[in-house]
Amino acid sequence: MPEIRVKPKQGENGTELELIEDEGVRAWAPDADLQIVGQPHPRLEGREKVTGRARYASDVRLPGQLYARVLRSPYPHARIVSVDIGKAEQAPGVRAVIHAGNVPRIPWYEEGVLFESTVRFVGDEIAAVAAESEEQAEDALRLIEVEYEPLPFVSTIEEALAPDAPWVHDDGNIAGEPKTYERGDPDAGLRDADVTIDAAYSTASALHNAFESHGCTTFWDGDSLTLWDSTQAIFVIREQVAEKLGLPEHRVRVVKHHMGGGFGAKQIAWKHDVIASLLSRQAGRPVQLMLDREAENLAAGNRNPTRQRVRLGARRDGTLTAIVADIHQASGAYRTGGEASNVSGTYQTLYNCPNVRTEQVAVYTNTGPAVAFRAPGHVEAAFALEQAMDELARTLEMDPVKLRRQNYSEVDQLEGKPFTLPEGLRLSYDRVADAFGWGAEKPPPSSESKRRGVGFAAHDWSGGTGHPPGYAWIELNADGTADVITGTQDIGTGTRTGLAQVAAEELGLPLDCIAFRLGDTATGPYSPVSSGSATQATIGPAVRAAAAEVKAQLLEVASSVLEVGADRLSVRAGRILVDGDEERSIAVSAVTEKIRPHTLQGRGARGPNPEDKTIRTFGAQCVELEVDIETGEIDRLRIAAAHDCGRIVNPTLVDSQVVGGITQGVGFALTEERTVDPRLGLVLNANLEEYHVPTVADAPAIEHARVGVPDSEANSTGAKGIGEPPLIPTAPAIANAVYDAIGIRFREGPLSRARVVAALAEQRAQGEGSRP
Amino acid sequence: MEPSRHLPVTLSVNGSQYPILIEPRRTLLDALRHDLGLTGAKKVCDMGDCGACTVIVDGKAMYACLLLAVDCDDREITTIEGLATGNELDPVQEAFIRADAFQCGFCTSGQIMSLRALLDANPEPDDDQILRAVTGNLCRCGAYPNILKAGRLAADLQAQAASNGQ
Ligand code: FES
Ligand code: FES
Repeated sequence: MPEIRVKPKQGENGTELELIEDEGVRAWAPDADLQIVGQPHPRLEGREKVTGRARYASDVRLPGQLYARVLRSPYPHARIVSVDIGKAEQAPGVRAVIHAGNVPRIPWYEEGVLFESTVRFVGDEIAAVAAESEEQAEDALRLIEVEYEPLPFVSTIEEALAPDAPWVHDDGNIAGEPKTYERGDPDAGLRDADVTIDAAYSTASALHNAFESHGCTTFWDGDSLTLWDSTQAIFVIREQVAEKLGLPEHRVRVVKHHMGGGFGAKQIAWKHDVIASLLSRQAGRPVQLMLDREAENLAAGNRNPTRQRVRLGARRDGTLTAIVADIHQASGAYRTGGEASNVSGTYQTLYNCPNVRTEQVAVYTNTGPAVAFRAPGHVEAAFALEQAMDELARTLEMDPVKLRRQNYSEVDQLEGKPFTLPEGLRLSYDRVADAFGWGAEKPPPSSESKRRGVGFAAHDWSGGTGHPPGYAWIELNADGTADVITGTQDIGTGTRTGLAQVAAEELGLPLDCIAFRLGDTATGPYSPVSSGSATQATIGPAVRAAAAEVKAQLLEVASSVLEVGADRLSVRAGRILVDGDEERSIAVSAVTEKIRPHTLQGRGARGPNPEDKTIRTFGAQCVELEVDIETGEIDRLRIAAAHDCGRIVNPTLVDSQVVGGITQGVGFALTEERTVDPRLGLVLNANLEEYHVPTVADAPAIEHARVGVPDSEANSTGAKGIGEPPLIPTAPAIANAVYDAIGIRFREGPLSRARVVAALAEQRAQGEGSRP
Repeated sequence: MEPSRHLPVTLSVNGSQYPILIEPRRTLLDALRHDLGLTGAKKVCDMGDCGACTVIVDGKAMYACLLLAVDCDDREITTIEGLATGNELDPVQEAFIRADAFQCGFCTSGQIMSLRALLDANPEPDDDQILRAVTGNLCRCGAYPNILKAGRLAADLQAQAASNGQ
């Protein structure tokens, strides 16, 4: 029985207890001879996905199922004078209508409730209908009569901070306390610097646009509720929905087998989860509520826009003497609790610098609430910091990679602890520069109107580390195959496959002997949210621990079957091997059959992270591109990427994460920008027509230069996360390459065609003006 | 339900006939997903921007969200559910698995149907034709390079199967 300790810690609500659970295994050595971990393998759920059988939340079909739609505010800010649902209730096919007048005041967000009497963004929830079909639900929405008293509103950070700005909430437009951080003497650092950079950057709000919208199908059985939810966090949904509805957690079951993308926006219970549950209870029938594309883009999260003033000080040799960042971010109308957008972090940790100050102020605006979006905060910060570093390198006439090497940190400067893999970032620099051919002569542009440029950017990421708690169970079946069960979820990243490889490796079974089950709170043990690129590093060690426990039992039984001491036995490729006596090897099933119908079972818990070291993920990217100075078009992108994600459990999956992250980074850099009409407060591109995500024709040529050095101090598998990091450095590396090509610095993102054309025109006008 | 607002239509999908009674405004996508329970084609934008709903209608890849079901009477429709023969996958499906041409999988049936329609019309496409076949299919996970690889691989697998069959 693995050892358990209890440790008191200071939590938000006073002293909490932390359970320290022993994994009972030692980390695989960096050079361990592994058979399955480290091998490329297609996704285990591939067959389901290519045949259309994979069941997503929107594919659930239950007898008597109704379809729901939500009535949303057409105004960015308004008081609701009255809501009349009389006609809607009589409409054909309608089975339930809910609004503030007929449901309990369920607390929501900070001070609010489920259906507010003041709506604060276009898309804010007012009422909902469940009907026999989606079309009928939509018809009924049009029959709900709402009287609004429109109120003045603010759409941008600037408007929200203006002295006479209308207030989004009763206590003003500043959301929570400003977050400040300081070490050393940043003012002196700037004063004493040989060179300083002082520049203001801004990033736009990007929309997640996960292909499967948010939504769920809910069903009551007595007072037990089941939700098939499109979520990254089945246990979070269970906890939050239970709390909102006043149910014990064990009466709520959340199921998620497959999900069509989340990218951070699906880690909390949103209003639609509870709305669907209430409608379902009122109608006495299952209810499916999937957001349509517009609602998805209005009301289910976005990347917070930012304004960042960055000041850097450096000595002539490139050594940083100060980093100062003044940051504003727009939270939208509410703080969801899932925004987690720490824009300050990377300023504090990426580069070695004794004098750092950051101030981060969150601002309310009358726009949809922001929520975490793949590497939240770091993507926004990298756009500014990594361009500022490029500006510094150019001022110093220094190679930008050299400048970064000059300011290398092997320790976590926040905690004063060394990193578990201090060379992670350096290895990334080496591999990416090598793969890209950094410093090599640029080939000539492909036509006369084109200019070619190259750019570089680095990043760190506080995620990817994994953490307790997280559990796994394994049952070794009588036929020698194994069922691995966890309560985690596969959000499209390949979690099933990566974790099954860990189980197969430790058990000594072929991968096709593993059935991997996840995504159901009723059948698997607790797992945390799949966010922060943590799932493999959180659950992998728990799976390994469970497998080790089963393996120990198996060898024990095998030792009586073979009449050899268990210490001379091992398992490989489904066979029990006797040390020094190959002849006597037998199949695992020959042992398990002997004890049928008994089975061997193991339980694994994620143990604690090291106390004296900090785990972190790092990476760097190089970009080459062309800018057409006549059309403003940016194309022919070639990107090389190297990321320290520890041991690569499955290169197929990691390559796909890198390519996917970079592709979203290209969107963030060049085209993705939510546009809000300043006069009406309406989002003008809440769709996939005018909001431009990259298409196949926009996909850059990507080379992933794998780092793949196991981080054996991070956890027992040596693997860290890779989901978010590849997106972080792409946009600044592109912006730096654009500067290299045409000598224009874009401090406002994205580098849309319109911005590039305007800047080129200005450049031409200035050039002509300055001519004698 | 008000039957007066519904029209009879017979959808011919994956070789089977489905007589159904639907509202004239119901899209082919909704008819497939709700009336026939064929949920492989996905609804993402519902306005012809993304391609996740792609099915093959009379030999052509079409966005099912832009077709009215009542207009599909007597047209030959193939969906992702109709590609595999028993347990044997279509070469395009097989290629998608091998090339890791998806992550979340939500765009996948649309991508596969677009490439299936291409290979039906042109069994030996060049790379540019493969790219053009899927330009109407967005992938938010950014699996694009592997989708193109899968298109190439599918053409090869299909050619191999054809030559083995001879
Ligand atoms: S759902 Fe039909 S094209 Fe997007
Ligand atoms: S695989 Fe997720 S949208 Fe294409």
